[in-house]
Amino acid sequence: MNSDFSKGFKAGVPIALGYFPVSFTFGLIAVNGGIPVWLAIFISFSNLTSAGQFAGTNLIIANAPIIEIALTTFVINIRYMLMSLSLSQKIKSNMTLLYRSIIAFGITDETFALASLEKNELTFSYMIGLISGPFAGWVLGTAAGAVTCSVLPEQVQSAMGIALYAMFIALVVPPSKKSKAPLIVTIIGIFISSILKWLPYINQISSGFRIIIATIVASAIGALLFPKGEEEL
Amino acid sequence: MSYAFTAVIVMAIVTYIPRVLPIAIFRKKIKSKFILSFLSYVPFAVLAAMTFPDILYSTNHLSSALAGMITALILSYFEKGLMTVALCSILVVYLWEIFI
Repeated sequence: MNSDFSKGFKAGVPIALGYFPVSFTFGLIAVNGGIPVWLAIFISFSNLTSAGQFAGTNLIIANAPIIEIALTTFVINIRYMLMSLSLSQKIKSNMTLLYRSIIAFGITDETFALASLEKNELTFSYMIGLISGPFAGWVLGTAAGAVTCSVLPEQVQSAMGIALYAMFIALVVPPSKKSKAPLIVTIIGIFISSILKWLPYINQISSGFRIIIATIVASAIGALLFPKGEEEL
Repeated sequence: MSYAFTAVIVMAIVTYIPRVLPIAIFRKKIKSKFILSFLSYVPFAVLAAMTFPDILYSTNHLSSALAGMITALILSYFEKGLMTVALCSILVVYLWEIFI
């Protein structure tokens, strides 16, 4: 039992270190946008996700309706269904519903990648070990960023409006460089989003729905043009 | 309960649902190639739609936003880390707005 935990924990340390600067940036951006320090930390504590909570927080700052925030966050996090489904095949089949529900909270792109690379069946202790480091890194990074923001000069804070989008670019560009499908999907997403933003009459729709429509259409076109084999997924 | 706190609770719930449902319920694998491919492209489409054109309005001037965006594109192309890309873009926007 204990050795499984420490095995998982060791595997999660690099993820935790990688999360710290990202959540630090999240803390900065959230507080810069007017979110209280405690709430920024609570967002990371309760959501434990990157793109989804960045987008949701952005919409909170823009005072968007709750339903829009819910839909946008949900659409962004739909990908977790795929990972959760994949992990459901790898965990011990007799794992209780309670244990399954607990480890489900810790599924992220990175913990999923490591868990799915693990050769043995996944136990509850291994998963808890794997998740605890990244969870701590995510929450502590947010706290550090949130506290730092309150002491930054005003001019720096205003330049930080670009930070979130710069990070999104840093997430999309490297994979788009390596293969055609992500690049095409990205370009279609940008195209649809721009049309919905700038075309007269259509531009009445809110930013949350613009993101949802662009995401669904671009991903569907991508899936039609570049269907993936099982081994690539 | 305040608007922001309610929104965060809702976000937490809709983030947890896709994580928990399959692992708690499903025992069979999805067979549809289309759905699997669709799900794999969602992160790219979402990030693209959230970034553009909103990035153009994220600073005090269109020109500084463009400068920041180009900085981010170049550094990302050379696969610099998230933090490096974000900080350098902030710096470029900051300096641009000082000298304009």
